[in-house]
Amino acid sequence: MIRYSTASAVALVASLSAASAETTIEWWHAMGGELGAKLEEIVQGFNDSQDEYRVNPSYKGTYPETMTAAIAAFRANQQPTIVQVFEVGTGTMMAAEGAIVPVHQLMEEHGQGFDKSAFLPQVVGYYTDPEGNMLSMPFNSSTPIVYYNKSVFEKAGLDPEQPPKTWAELEQFSKQIKDSGAASCGFTTQWISWIQTENLSAWHNQPIGTMENGFGGLDARLSLNGPVQVKHWENLKRWSDEGIFKYGGPVGGDNAAPMFYSQECAMIMGSSASRAGVIANAKDFDLGYGMLPYYDDVEGAPQNSIIGGATLWVLSGKSDEEYAAAAAFFDYLSSPEVQADWASFSGYLPITEAAREQMADFYAQNPGADTGINQITLNEPTENSKGLRFGNYVQIRGIIDEEFEQLMSGSKDAQGALDSVVERGDDLLEQFQAQSQ
Amino acid sequence: MAGAAPDARPRAHFHDPKPRYPMKRTIFNNQLLPWLLLAPQLIITFVFFLWPAAQAVRQSFLREDAFGTRTTFVGLDNFIRLWNSPEYLNSLQVTAVFAISVTALSMGVSLLLAIAVDRMIRSTRAYTTLLVWPYAVAPAVAGILWWFIFNPTIGIMPYVLGQLGYDWNHISNKGDAMTLVVIASAWKQISYNFLFFLAGLQAIPASLREAAAIDGAGPVRRFFDITFPLLSPTTFFLLVVNIVYAMFDTFAVIDATTEGGPAQATNILVYKVYFDGFVGQNLGSSAAQSVVLMVLVAALTVIQFRYVEKKVAY
Repeated sequence: MIRYSTASAVALVASLSAASAETTIEWWHAMGGELGAKLEEIVQGFNDSQDEYRVNPSYKGTYPETMTAAIAAFRANQQPTIVQVFEVGTGTMMAAEGAIVPVHQLMEEHGQGFDKSAFLPQVVGYYTDPEGNMLSMPFNSSTPIVYYNKSVFEKAGLDPEQPPKTWAELEQFSKQIKDSGAASCGFTTQWISWIQTENLSAWHNQPIGTMENGFGGLDARLSLNGPVQVKHWENLKRWSDEGIFKYGGPVGGDNAAPMFYSQECAMIMGSSASRAGVIANAKDFDLGYGMLPYYDDVEGAPQNSIIGGATLWVLSGKSDEEYAAAAAFFDYLSSPEVQADWASFSGYLPITEAAREQMADFYAQNPGADTGINQITLNEPTENSKGLRFGNYVQIRGIIDEEFEQLMSGSKDAQGALDSVVERGDDLLEQFQAQSQ
Repeated sequence: MAGAAPDARPRAHFHDPKPRYPMKRTIFNNQLLPWLLLAPQLIITFVFFLWPAAQAVRQSFLREDAFGTRTTFVGLDNFIRLWNSPEYLNSLQVTAVFAISVTALSMGVSLLLAIAVDRMIRSTRAYTTLLVWPYAVAPAVAGILWWFIFNPTIGIMPYVLGQLGYDWNHISNKGDAMTLVVIASAWKQISYNFLFFLAGLQAIPASLREAAAIDGAGPVRRFFDITFPLLSPTTFFLLVVNIVYAMFDTFAVIDATTEGGPAQATNILVYKVYFDGFVGQNLGSSAAQSVVLMVLVAALTVIQFRYVEKKVAY
């Protein structure tokens, strides 16, 4: 017995001294499946590239689950150094001043030659404070685009190389597709909140909230019940009644993609990062890509679309060595090679100008793969198209879905539904402001 | 009460102040041992029930950001907000409709099945075994199964219903969504109810029914006058179990099928606590909701055991 415990004590000391040679940090993320495997490959690349630091990635489930796990861990003083948080959690993370270390501060204190101008403003702009400082490190950012079925277009007598440019064209194409019997529905969409509300607003240079869509401060309130959004929701309801649009469900719209894959619907609006998945499922037909449609009678449209996805946040309460490790890892992560590799594998957008240039060959070989990046960089972002920043936004997105469902079921009209979104959302914003001050 | 006398005798035996056969009593002098033996259960109750419950009560009076860096005491503000929230009142209503429908459907169907199996002479065992199977399916798995069966795009039921002229879509139709979660939740519970009903039926002496039959009572009359009253202890027990099941154990089914939608049509209280707290990070409100739930459970239990139980003939 004594010999046993002596042996284990020796082993313990040995392992401690081995561990002190390099600093290990935890990274909690929400990338499952193939993306998760690719992520581990990238981390492996970092760990092999030097022997000072080690990053230990752990998959923690969906975005909300990962964020909840990190928050619970923080409250119990067991937080990871790095956590991946989806874009709508940005408001919550930002407001938690004592709990996070802003990335610009981390990189200035521990990084080597951090240059914020190297990043694409359309991507990092979503995650900066009012002074333009980066608060978190963009990791996977995407933007919604149109995927369409060229074979069905051809069958319906449409030009398969011409995706609809405007909503009027989209309506006309959809009718022609349905009437000709080429497919039973014109289009469907993922994410009513992200695509048909937030991106629709940015794409038409319309605000969704006061104070620069919430970037200006916690007393911002929603304003997405403007004429363009109301007209669009009205149209969606009418198109749904006419059968040319089919609703794919709340949040990400689980039922939308199957309708496109089964050729029931000829077009789908979805994330540019779904590209690999869409290609894998579009076996029986030719696939085309297009930018989001716009209303040509709205001045300033098309502006630029906004991103979605997730960024990496650094949590407080860690040692200097751990922060140095995080900074070194972020340096590695934003290098053009790693970025280009990750972006061409996944369909996410490159986050630096250098990575975008590096991907020129890839874009040339894969027509349509650059639709997303071209769309977010179409114009210099305005205060309406930089992104959005609201607290309690996960719940507000839920409200957008619910009110859209009220519209679909006919119990509210578009104006009424969007007015309710503003009213209910503002109540949550008020609560958030109260609990964050 | 004369009729009750013969079977009252053995019971009186236990309460007789001077038992005819004095029982041998074993006395433990060790004061510590009983506590030691109780300790595991007490610790589990404390760690997994009392302590979290106390935390929830405390949290319900606070307003806090997600990370707990800023905490303010707000008194009853969280409760007042709930009371003024149309979504919460809707959730209460949805829960009532859901719990009553699940209980009625699962108990009704299982009673019918139990009666059918009870009347069978052969193959009772085979049917019993088959009917108990669904109980072994985990709620989340059951939810996924029903999600597949009723999926508007790829499911078999919407296809069949479509042939019959009904356009099933639980993603946008509130009634369809409620029907789906009620069926999925009730299905899970039918096996359990069935077993208890069958055991209850088999405990009723056949002579009583035969006597009634000789007196000229038809099968329906016999059921309502003899079988159903004698089955009431089982029915009461199942009523309690089913309401508690519908209100608190159906989380996985809801999460796997509708996630509370569309437009909160299936957002029962338990799911709302989870969603507001764990997804929305609104801890104060979520804690206040769970305190309301605790009070609700306590009230339900008291009502059931103090009031309803008195009407049951054991």
